[in-house]
Formats: sequence, structure tokens, C-alpha cells
Amino acid sequence: MQSLGPKVIIDNLPLLLDGLGNTLLIAFISMIISIATGFLFGILRTSKNKLLKLITDIYLEAFRIVPIMVWLFIMYFFVPRALGISVSGEFAAITIFVMWGTAEMGDIVRGALESLPKSQLEAGLSVGLSRSQLFIYIQLPQAIKRIVPGAISLSTRMIKTTSLVVLIGVIDIIKRGQQVIERTKEAFWIYGFLFVVFFIICYPLSISSKKLEEKWAN
Amino acid sequence: MNFEFIQKVIPMYVKAAYVTLYVGFLGIMLAVIIGLICCFISYFRVKGLNRIIKIYIELSRNTPLLVQIFFLYFGLPQLGLKLSGTVCGVIGLGFLGGSYFSESFRSGLEAVSKSQIETGLSIGLNRWQLIRYVILPQAFSISIPQIAANFIFLLKETSILAAIAIPELVFTAKTLIGLYYKTNEALLLLTAGYLVLILPFSIIFRILERRVRHAEFGS
Repeated sequence: MQSLGPKVIIDNLPLLLDGLGNTLLIAFISMIISIATGFLFGILRTSKNKLLKLITDIYLEAFRIVPIMVWLFIMYFFVPRALGISVSGEFAAITIFVMWGTAEMGDIVRGALESLPKSQLEAGLSVGLSRSQLFIYIQLPQAIKRIVPGAISLSTRMIKTTSLVVLIGVIDIIKRGQQVIERTKEAFWIYGFLFVVFFIICYPLSISSKKLEEKWAN
Repeated sequence: MNFEFIQKVIPMYVKAAYVTLYVGFLGIMLAVIIGLICCFISYFRVKGLNRIIKIYIELSRNTPLLVQIFFLYFGLPQLGLKLSGTVCGVIGLGFLGGSYFSESFRSGLEAVSKSQIETGLSIGLNRWQLIRYVILPQAFSISIPQIAANFIFLLKETSILAAIAIPELVFTAKTLIGLYYKTNEALLLLTAGYLVLILPFSIIFRILERRVRHAEFGS
């Protein structure tokens, strides 16, 4: 067969972009929910309650020790059978990404809150702010400068990890690429294209994360 | 839960865990070597190479391992370069991990304050002594949490190599599910496998981090 070369990408662009849309949608939904739940989890983690600390520690470690790939398998193969429900690949992926994102985002929020100097809290208390006022007017505005770069870099990790959903049957950009390869045998150009696409999406995010971190360092 | 089945397949998991460790260690070794080379090039700002290293680091950090290994395993044969699954896995882990290790080493080196180096020079240390007794011990103690995190990260990333049929833990579990449809048992053993493999490293690194922290003082 005559090799198509890079033309294969242009010919199949609508199909590949359709898959990309699915990939980005899963990453986007997971990230948005994770930001909200991660904030709550992070605040929980600053608690002084020993039992709460232990539980949240175990939760975080569960995702730091067992690979996301395994969690996806558990959600996709085990949970539906155990609960007698049917679970789509997309649903399984978003559920696991949110659970993981909550843990990681929570750790970013906790780190940011705990990095604030104690004098800030004491000064706030001494002028008579309540606990919630202290959080809204003193802690949050300062912590946010540390949270935003971390959250952006987490979102690049989320987008990269979304590539795994092809292994639980989701029609993402990689699956679309595989379908094109089956027809055309142009693995070099298609996987090269996927490599470039992920780079084009993640690079601006990681650069902006780094820039913001430097800008807000002091 | 079928315990007879679990007993029967445990040897397969032990073998798979060995493959995970084997590929993981080779990949991590390659990543450390690439990381050291990149780190020195960017620390000493070697002309020309410095730019290439920067491009490599961005490419490696901003693309998923799955796409990297698919490109190596399925894409390169089209150019006549056919690599085995294991070789692709090790190169993939090395390519991905190299940038992570480079960044951790560099952040350690750059965190050693200038006054430390000047003090070392002023008491008459030569360049080698300076590196050996002043810079490296401090840089290492600063980098170690990141080095440990990278190590565990890469060992976990081996799970993705199942996609190119390397018979590691995930691939074994997937095969068993396909063959016997014993999902619960296969996944239980899979999770247990990673706990047994990674938990000890996680604990050892935590102890190590605490022990080398003394070197952080004096900056």
C-alpha cells in the first residue's frame, strides 16, 4: 500500500478531533468537580482531629500507592458487579479522576493553608475576626496564590492521565487514532500526531503554572 | 471470593511483580542517568546542548506515557525500527522519568546557597572537594523527597506498560479476567500486589527523608 504520510492526519482530522473532544471533556468535568471537593478535603486535612487526619491520610495514600490504572479497573470491572449496576467507561473514568483529583487537590490546599505564617492568624484573631471571617479574608486570599499554580499543574496531570481511558473502552482521541491506524496502517504519523496534540494542550498550562508560581513566590 | 483460585494464581502474580520490578528498575536507572546528564548540562549551562535539554524536558513532561510507548512500540516499526515490548517500556520510562529526575537534581543543586560555596573556597577547598563535601551532601538532602516521589511515580507508571503486552501486574490481572472471568479475585490480588511492592518503598523513603534532613541546616 502506498504510504499516505502526514496526509493521513488531515484526512482523518474530524474523527481525531471528535475523540479529542471526549478526552478533554472527561478531564474538564473531573477537574472542575475535583477543585470543589478538593477544597473541602484540604480544609478537612488541616483539622487537628487525629482520627480525621488518619482517615484523610489513608485516603490520599491509597491514590499515591495504587496506580490510577488499577483504580480504573476496579471501578470499571469490580464495582458494577459488586453493586449490580452497569457503569459506562466515561462514568468510571470521571468517578476515579474525581476521587484522585480530590486527594491531590486537597493536598495542594492543605499545603497552601499550612504554609501561611501563624502571625497572620494571630493578628486576625486579635482584631476580633471570627473563624469564618479569618478564613475568607485572611487565609484564602493568601493561600490562593499557592493553590492556583498547583491546580493548573494538576490539570495537566489530569489531561495526561485521561489517555488511560482508552484501556477501559472509552472512545477518546487514542481510540480514534487506533481506528485510523487499523484502516491506514499509518501508526507513525498518527501516534506522532497524538504526541504533538497532548504537548500543545499541556505545554501552555505547565508554562503558566510555572510563571504564576514565580510571580507569586513572595 | 474463590480462595482455591487465588492460591492457584498467586505464583503468576509473583512472577508479574518480578516483571514490574525488573522493568521499573531498569526504567528508573535509565531515567536517573538521563536526569544526571540533563541536570549537569543545564546547571553548567553548556552552550547549544542546554537548549536541546530544555526542549526534551518540556516534551517529556507534557505528554502521556501511554502515547510515548505507543509511538515507540507501534509507530517506529513503520520506519523499520522494531523494538521489543520490554525495551519500549524501559525507554519510555527513561524518557518520561529523565525530565523529572533532572528537575529534582537541579532544584537541589540550585538550593545550595552561594555563601556556602564561597565559604568552601575561602577555606581553601579545591573544586572537587567543594563538590564532594559541600555541594552534593546539601543538594542531595534537599532533593531526596523529590527523588523518592519520582521513584514511586515511575514504579507505578509501569502499570501503563500493560498496554503493550508486558506481562507485569496489570497485564496479568487483565489476562486472568479475560480467561476465567474471576474479576474480584484478580483485582484483589492486583491491588495487594501494588501494596506489597510500593508500601515498603514509601515507608523506607519517609524514614530516609527524616534522617537526611539534618543537612538542611546551616544555609
